[in-house]
Amino acid sequence: MAEYTMPSLGADMEEGTVIEWNIKPGDHVRRGDIIGVVRTEKADVDMEVWEDAVVDRILAKPGETLPVGAVLAIFRGETEAKQPAPPPSEAKPAAPEEVEHIHASPLAQRIAKELGLDLNRIHGTGPHGAITQADVENAAKAGEKPAPEKAPPTAAAEAGLPERTAADVQAGMRRAIAAAMARSNREIPHYYLETRINMDRALRFLEAENQKRSVHDRLLIAVVLIKAVAKALNEVPELNGYWKDDRLQPQESIHIGLAISLRQGGLVIPAIHDADTKSLDELMQAMSDLITRARTGRLRTSELTDGTITITHLGDLGVETVYGVIYPPQVALIGFGRIIDSPWAENGMLGIRPVLTATIAGDHRATDGHRGAQFLTTLNRLLQEPEKL
Amino acid sequence: MSTITYRDAMREAIRDALHRDERVFLMGEDVGRYGGCFAVSKGLLDEFGPERIRDTPMSESAFVGAGIGAALGGMRPIVEIMTVNFSLLALDQIMNNAATFLHMSGGQFNVPLVIRMATGGGRQVAAQHSHSLEGWYAHIPGIRILAPATHEDARGMLWTALEDPDPVLIFEHSGLYNKKGELPPDAGPVDIDRARIHRKGRDITLIAYGAGLWQALDAAETLAHNSIECEVIDLRTLRPLDDATFFESIARTHRAVVIDEGWRSGSLSAEICARIQEKAFYELDAPVQRVCSAEAPAPYAKHLEEASLPSAQKIVAAVEGIIHPNG
Repeated sequence: MAEYTMPSLGADMEEGTVIEWNIKPGDHVRRGDIIGVVRTEKADVDMEVWEDAVVDRILAKPGETLPVGAVLAIFRGETEAKQPAPPPSEAKPAAPEEVEHIHASPLAQRIAKELGLDLNRIHGTGPHGAITQADVENAAKAGEKPAPEKAPPTAAAEAGLPERTAADVQAGMRRAIAAAMARSNREIPHYYLETRINMDRALRFLEAENQKRSVHDRLLIAVVLIKAVAKALNEVPELNGYWKDDRLQPQESIHIGLAISLRQGGLVIPAIHDADTKSLDELMQAMSDLITRARTGRLRTSELTDGTITITHLGDLGVETVYGVIYPPQVALIGFGRIIDSPWAENGMLGIRPVLTATIAGDHRATDGHRGAQFLTTLNRLLQEPEKL
Repeated sequence: MSTITYRDAMREAIRDALHRDERVFLMGEDVGRYGGCFAVSKGLLDEFGPERIRDTPMSESAFVGAGIGAALGGMRPIVEIMTVNFSLLALDQIMNNAATFLHMSGGQFNVPLVIRMATGGGRQVAAQHSHSLEGWYAHIPGIRILAPATHEDARGMLWTALEDPDPVLIFEHSGLYNKKGELPPDAGPVDIDRARIHRKGRDITLIAYGAGLWQALDAAETLAHNSIECEVIDLRTLRPLDDATFFESIARTHRAVVIDEGWRSGSLSAEICARIQEKAFYELDAPVQRVCSAEAPAPYAKHLEEASLPSAQKIVAAVEGIIHPNG
């Protein structure tokens, strides 16, 4: 038996609303299948399943808003016996919502009450999944909002989920960004380094490569930059990972989060998985796909949760230098500005070169400026040999 | 400081009491010429003579009854029963006479009697010699129950008990008699009212008594290597229970394990758990756990007996189960 829980789709997500299920009890699902859609403050996101299994029960009804970690469905192994059938929920008359008993230690209950925290929103790690003192205190530290005064979801909400207006989505996204960025600025001591990179060779390489491609398959310079960042991270792995539990936890896989601004405002940061092992063409495809789906609000859960570092590329808007805010729990953010033809001294001669300003915002708890400098130097070197990317 | 055994400390306590007060005398099976079945009274017959070190017939009911009579008559008897298992023959005397006399006489007659007996298992002497029944006695109003776990208490509790105007039962764990320990030369009477915190810790409270104290301390030492800091409490007095001490501890640690060599059902540990949930419920961050003896007559076979009794390993497992429930 395995529980499928409300996924955490980013450091800023506290709860989500189940929009729809694509599965029913008894269905066989395969790893990677999209089993439903969950709505966060930022977007509607496809829920992926992580292993082959059979759907045993579905606990969350469409329209229900539940905290991260709440059990949405129960899966069983392919060979496991079916659980005794629960009473058919469909047949039930519209009885008052059953109040689910929350397992929380008496102390946790007392502290939650004192702090005005809603135990429904706190994930339990104690015996039998009970909420403990530590869980409540962690929730308090993480800025869990005081319990709202509002009633639990009503039958009306279940009957038909009202479409969120654009303004609702905007407000929700703004709140989510506010929470994540405020946490970042509050907790992460940022350091910033910048370097100017001569992009002459990289641009020429790109031009030559694009000569070989049809219009549809042409590469953007952003792809070259993503690949260069990914390969530089291979050499400076300390910047690729998370700061969790008071320590740096470098990640083996390099999943590069791309800050994608949305036309209506706000941004999302989906990740390109294993960017270091993808070819430039694969990266281009992945990036176009991500941008399209981000703007239509159809991102997958793993794309929103797996980023190990973030790139913010604001060159298109004419910005020269980006000083980013790290997306927790990541430990670095790479900023790229616009490539500008600039005076460039080389071998005692002054010339004009296309110059890119690359910055790194680093979490000083996780790494020091030395590491950040190493990264920028490596990045520069890689961009001078673009054909090797 | 001198290094002595628990047995020596107990003997020193009896000798001291005999010197302090001429009303004090010791009686029981084989306490005189044989020196006591656990050799606690060895040498005392020669030192104090047969008037004060009295061998009795093998009749627990008779000699406990005689002790009650002597106490009522103004003496300060120390009655030794070989083990708690045989004390059941005298249960009527202890419960219906010693514990109730003050009440039945309208407060006219108190019974300043001390009864000592061995308790506990672990020596492969099978089911009729190995049980821990002190929890039963702790059920009875009108008597005080002591469980000295340390040399200091073995040396110090007896005199304070003799000064108590009412019956006091002292339970000496048979596994402790050979245990060596340090005792200052000026060791003397100690209080018999308060539990004692033996080791400070902030993560979990281990509530133990008698031999269980040493298992709890061993467990705490092991757990300290895993960065779990146990607070270890020696109850010392099983009735009346000093619950204030463990309430206060739990208010700091929010978790507890009770170690009781008695059987779990209807035990002293059950009483402690009940009081914790009555008075310290909102301090608890996890259910209170117990480490008790298996609910079966004590096995004779060594490996089975070991498996049936509380141990430091079982305490460690119980604590780990609370602190790291998910492995």
